[in-house]
Amino acid sequence: MKASIWVRMDIWVRHLVPFGVTLFLLLLTAVPTHLPGFAGITPMLPLMGVCYWAIYRPDLLPAWLAFILGLLSDIVDGTPLGVNALVMILVQATAASQRKFFLGKSFAVTWWAFGLLSAGAVFLSWVLASMLIGRVIDPLPVAFVYLMTLCFFPILTWFLARTQMAFLRDV
Amino acid sequence: MKQSGATGRLATVRLLVQRFAFLSLIVASVALMILGKADIVLIERTRALVGDALAPMLDAMARPAATIARITENFHELANIRTENARLREENARLMHWQTVARRLEAENVVLHDHLNTVPDPGSAFVTARVIGDMGSAFGHSMLLGAGSKDGVRKGQAVLSGEVLVGHIAEVGMRSSRLLLITDINARTPVLLEATRTQAILTGDNTARPRLNYVAGSPAISVGDRVVTAAAGGAFPPGIPVGAISSFNDGIIRVEPFIQRHHLEFVAVVDYGLGGILPFERPPPPERRRRGKEE
Repeated sequence: MKASIWVRMDIWVRHLVPFGVTLFLLLLTAVPTHLPGFAGITPMLPLMGVCYWAIYRPDLLPAWLAFILGLLSDIVDGTPLGVNALVMILVQATAASQRKFFLGKSFAVTWWAFGLLSAGAVFLSWVLASMLIGRVIDPLPVAFVYLMTLCFFPILTWFLARTQMAFLRDV
Repeated sequence: MKQSGATGRLATVRLLVQRFAFLSLIVASVALMILGKADIVLIERTRALVGDALAPMLDAMARPAATIARITENFHELANIRTENARLREENARLMHWQTVARRLEAENVVLHDHLNTVPDPGSAFVTARVIGDMGSAFGHSMLLGAGSKDGVRKGQAVLSGEVLVGHIAEVGMRSSRLLLITDINARTPVLLEATRTQAILTGDNTARPRLNYVAGSPAISVGDRVVTAAAGGAFPPGIPVGAISSFNDGIIRVEPFIQRHHLEFVAVVDYGLGGILPFERPPPPERRRRGKEE
């Protein structure tokens, strides 16, 4: 039996949720918060989005979508073009290939593993951006960005898990 | 048996295609890095186009954030209303004195300008734009503004908040533009030390306090000295306040900018009729104007 057009459209829209949510996170990082000092150390929310969906629904956020998100992130943040794009596809590929490790582990272990993965990602983007700009970027703000990203991980995972339960439980 | 062989082959092909796609994505991002480094017009136009497409969404998201910030600031101000009032009274007394001084100096200045036949500075026109995106990252300090070329914003124009320099326009789309802050690693601003008229270049390095480089001569620098823009390079008109010297040790001079990034909600993009910080759109050479006068 073939599903009706409405059912298929519903599934199609639900399948867009991971990309849409990550894009929303990307735009969220650009919103002026008007908090003193926060602008220089905004956590890398889209990185967490890509990592989460690569682990739990790699079919809905494949490498090419991660590439597009990275490219948009480069354009929005003003980083040299291609830096975030490369970092995002590498994060997506690593997370998706290690998803068996992540699935069913306790939250602390997941957090620790994400810490390792994002450390690699932050370090790589620091090296690439420094190379492309032609000067060594001060590593201290970069370290703060990394710590902020780690701090936001529990909240964001909770939010993403809720989203997944609400939209993608059985599709 | 045959069928399982066929599926096996299909799986191998699919795996190969996946590997190939992944590799080509990596190659594509490396290629983009090289293309972006080459400063191709196409890349710049694409960036501006994507910025334009995202601008309405960013604008819609920035407004509630600004409202919340305003409400919290209101509460904060209400709590400090007494001390603030006392401070303002004191400041007002001091400024009244300065006003008298300024009036006298202005009158004197007019007379001197008259005597010397000084060519007046060109007038300026400005566009007020809303800050719709504050790109918080450790790799660059820029902001997205909700005004573009259709509103008269051009590349290289100075961006001011009140009387204070914020940065310059680095990219322009139809209805959005990117403002490069003076603290960005790519920002270079020709400046003067106001007291000694010493020329220098303010070099951003992605920290809150940019460095002062290429200081001409070895002037006596002390913490608290004001730094203003210089006319050198024809980028900005001279005398726009930039910041004050905040520290001076081991030959590294750092400047604390007057702008407070988190307070920026609206900025003025100012057209002084100068070439701007980028050499592409130079104004006509001044000889033509002079010749016109002689005729």
